[in-house]
Amino acid sequence: MTALPASTTRKLGLVIDLDTCVGCHACVISCKGWNTENYGAALSDMDPYGAEPEGTFLNRVHSFEVTPPSGAPQLVHFPRSCLHCEDAPCVTVCPTGASYKRAEDGIVLVNETDCIGCGLCAWACPYGAREMDAAAGVMKKCTLCVDRIYNEALPEVDREPACVRTCPAGARHFGDLGDPDSAVSQLVAARGGMDLMPELGTKPVNKYLPPRARDRLMEPPADLVSLCEPAPTAIGGFLGFVDRALSKL
Amino acid sequence: MHPAPSLIFFTVLSGLGFGHLAFLGMGLQPVTGWAAFWQFGLGYALVLVGLIASAMHLGHPERALKAFSQWRTSWLSREAWLAALTLIIMAPHAAALVFWGQPLAGLGMVAAFLALQTVLATAMIYAQLATVPRWNHWTTPMVFLAASLTGGAILALGSGAWPLLLALGALMVAHWTLGAARFAASGTDAGTATGLGHLGRVRGFERPHTGGNYVLKEMVHVVGRKHAVRLQVISLLLAVALPLAALLLLPGWPAKAVAIVAHLLGMLAARWLFFAQAEHVVGHYYGRAA
Repeated sequence: MTALPASTTRKLGLVIDLDTCVGCHACVISCKGWNTENYGAALSDMDPYGAEPEGTFLNRVHSFEVTPPSGAPQLVHFPRSCLHCEDAPCVTVCPTGASYKRAEDGIVLVNETDCIGCGLCAWACPYGAREMDAAAGVMKKCTLCVDRIYNEALPEVDREPACVRTCPAGARHFGDLGDPDSAVSQLVAARGGMDLMPELGTKPVNKYLPPRARDRLMEPPADLVSLCEPAPTAIGGFLGFVDRALSKL
Repeated sequence: MHPAPSLIFFTVLSGLGFGHLAFLGMGLQPVTGWAAFWQFGLGYALVLVGLIASAMHLGHPERALKAFSQWRTSWLSREAWLAALTLIIMAPHAAALVFWGQPLAGLGMVAAFLALQTVLATAMIYAQLATVPRWNHWTTPMVFLAASLTGGAILALGSGAWPLLLALGALMVAHWTLGAARFAASGTDAGTATGLGHLGRVRGFERPHTGGNYVLKEMVHVVGRKHAVRLQVISLLLAVALPLAALLLLPGWPAKAVAIVAHLLGMLAARWLFFAQAEHVVGHYYGRAA
């Protein structure tokens, strides 16, 4: 049944730190790498070596420019994937029961043998988290690496989603957001973790940590060179002598 | 949203077919014998061609029967049940009229009610989506229902369809005008989509991918909005004004023929616009205008 569970024992999910993310897209690649050769249909590429390559990905990294009311703009890298919502609209619209949310850990999954590829779940998701695979004709989405996190064949250190395991900046965290004492819940509480599009009532499990407050450049400097230290005109010592001598030639 | 031809033909043809069957079920177009055979045949054909078109939209049409399982939560599943029940319950009524010249009025009324419920279920597939504010509004089911009833009335009542034609025109205009403000009024913007709105104005700087993807193709379609007003005028003229003029000015079956063909073309244009003009909130991640 595609009815949502009344509650889930745990709420496994990700916490993504927008302050730390450097926008390297390593999570995108590791996600595609793991998920194209494990659970479910492969994540296909269309026209991979042609003029218009495109493919199925479960995680995408945007970059946004945020311009405060005063001062210079700031660049924020923004990974976007399934938020494993508590009130997931993608689950209830599914006509076949292929789309479901697990009662034991809250992961939202697609049973690919039941998916008819109607695409309605992708329309119902506000976050663009679901992509229909053009080759397989079934809906693909983040599984929270369900085949890694419980996989006892893997070393314990690897039993977390591929994106979390690979992030070189430590911007991605995995854990139980239903347990207020878990490391991820503590992180969310300490850093003011937020929901995306809270007004739509989807109650996302994944949280995003906003960029920390930092020094702001209030207005651009008149002379960029003056910010360099030491200033080229004020070099003393031997290098200064060489600079002056060469300039006179 | 991507205006998929399969969905446009499905909603328009099945909608017309169910409207036609509803009038036949209610006995408002008294036909028997061969006339009944052709009239019911037309209704069933329109519905079935529409349903086949909708199956073409699926990634795995061979699994379509699985769609009957989730009627408790899914409007798409309810639509499948209602469509099947309508066609099954209408059949004895149709057979009685064709072979014995007698209606099974009770069954006919039930089937007519189910036919209109099917059209409402189709509309609710779109109207339920909070992610597409333009659709997420009472005018969506009303336009679908009015279009279905109007098509049926043109075939069944001829010039008697004029009140429904006027109602359809009014509802189409209401859907366009009220719908235009829905996206901005939804309260969702790039600020809430990224959670960064409290820091300042949020603008897409760099996309995650240089090529296309499923999300862009399916939900960030932009061609339709450019010609929206022109298409609105064309669909109003074809779906409402021309059928009205034909039914009131021409005699007999030519009036119905001209009216229904114009109405059908107008509804196809209107339904194309229904999809093409609707914006999905995921566009906020992609800078909307792109």
